[in-house]
Amino acid sequence: MPSPDHASPILTVAGVSKTYEGGFQALKTIDLKIARGEIFALLGPNGAGKTTLISIICGIVNRSSGTVTVDGRDIDKDYRVVRSMIGLVPQELTTDAFESVFDTVSFSRGLFGKKKDPAHIEKVLRDLSLWDKRDNKIMTLSGGMKRRVMIAKALSHEPQLLFLDEPTAGVDVALRRDMWEVVRKLSEAGVTIILTTHYIEEAEMMADRIGVISRGQLILVEDKTELMRKLGHKELTLHLMEPLAALPEGFSDYDLSLSDDGAMLTYSYDTKAERTGIASLIRRLAEDGIRFRDLSTKQSTLEEIFVNLVEDRS
Amino acid sequence: MNLTAVSAIYKFEMARTFRTIMQSVISPVISTSLYFVVFGAAIGSRIQEVDGVSYGAFIVPGLIMLSLLQQSLTNAAFGIYFPKFTGTIYELLSAPISPFEIVLGYVGAAATKSIALGLIILLTASLFVDLRIEHPVWMVLFLVLTAVTFAMFGFIIGIWADGFEKLQIVPLLIVTPLAFLGGSFYSIKMLPEFWQDVSLVNPVVYLISGFRWAFYGSSDVSIGVSLGMTLVFLAATLAAVTYIFKTGWRLKS
Repeated sequence: MPSPDHASPILTVAGVSKTYEGGFQALKTIDLKIARGEIFALLGPNGAGKTTLISIICGIVNRSSGTVTVDGRDIDKDYRVVRSMIGLVPQELTTDAFESVFDTVSFSRGLFGKKKDPAHIEKVLRDLSLWDKRDNKIMTLSGGMKRRVMIAKALSHEPQLLFLDEPTAGVDVALRRDMWEVVRKLSEAGVTIILTTHYIEEAEMMADRIGVISRGQLILVEDKTELMRKLGHKELTLHLMEPLAALPEGFSDYDLSLSDDGAMLTYSYDTKAERTGIASLIRRLAEDGIRFRDLSTKQSTLEEIFVNLVEDRS
Repeated sequence: MNLTAVSAIYKFEMARTFRTIMQSVISPVISTSLYFVVFGAAIGSRIQEVDGVSYGAFIVPGLIMLSLLQQSLTNAAFGIYFPKFTGTIYELLSAPISPFEIVLGYVGAAATKSIALGLIILLTASLFVDLRIEHPVWMVLFLVLTAVTFAMFGFIIGIWADGFEKLQIVPLLIVTPLAFLGGSFYSIKMLPEFWQDVSLVNPVVYLISGFRWAFYGSSDVSIGVSLGMTLVFLAATLAAVTYIFKTGWRLKS
């Protein structure tokens, strides 16, 4: 997979805000740069402003202030060039009903100004396991298949920047994994991908960088690995030989907790700290005669990090 | 100009017509034939000639205009409303296509359909009555201008409507009564003077009058005024569509 080129961002969002007519401020001031070729996951609770931000970039919602450039071009002044570079898979299952799969995907290609290319449409449909359904009316497809059709429509004009707004919402596990595979292939082909998702596992697996948006503010943008390292906590759990009635005395320097049955002692530590304190803890426990028969460690998931971040802000 | 996109919208809309051929073509032809049977043959045989034209032949331009207005309006209104209703409008708004090109695609398709329908009705009418067209070029000009103007009007209604009820209100409660009262089945000269003056407020009078002049060389208002008023309506709809896309009214939040 080609590594993201941070030197020349494909997307630059500068000072973008959005206040709807009723006065609701969906986005405060958003600044964001997306590197060419990266997979960027935008996380945030419902109503955080993810879809509004994507809709502004794609030209569906008017922004209140700020500028957006794609490949150095302004989205308003150079809308023809910019929009032809962008593919969008919206969150809602919005498809035609009476058209065939092949026709609706071909229509999308035409709408984006690209000449007919049945071979490309066939490739897209085959990649998304839709080729067998090409003559089916869209209304006869299942929800998961309709989602694939929407992805096919977004890919029909060969975009360089692809927005996937909750692409796997409501699809089964197998289909979700198929879609991840499609995203991986697109990324390998050099397509920049911005996805919003509620499935933290999805972001954890796919993304190079993660942005967290809450109440219209981008509260964090970080390399995924770095984010896990910075904010991740680890837990060391000791399975004791003999249960304890209470936490041992003299261990207040350590963040310890005891299970209800007293059989497991858990130590939480910071992975970014210079010293984890594990060695000294084990030594001191041994000195106090507390023995254990097994131990295990557990890393915070991205989900836990995300929940903590959003809760801290609210 | 993104002609590929215009062509994509146009073909997409025309394909919808062919999928609904019964509703789009056959149904208006049947209802027009019924008008001929009732007004032309049954009642028309008891009515004297109007401006030297048999009543059956006299109502042909009005009937074509009636269908043209309704079909241009409903086709364009439904064409743009349906993507709004299903949510697929996102694709149109995010595509590299200008407002003018969007209008060209939708209005072009709606106008094409209604013009084709108008010509079909003309052919159907020729089976019932003897027709003559004194000014064929003007006939085509009025046909095209009216179809485009009302397709534009329909496009505006489709954007304005936020439910199927609103989509139906304007054709049913405004356009059809205006068409009936605009001289589809009579010359406004037949009315008392006061109602003749009132009729001149009805924009459809000018369209039907001009169109009828193209057939028989006689009209309720002068051809120059008819053409001028038609162009005024076209300019008004153009201005409204320009405003809609400039502000994103009912399209973008």
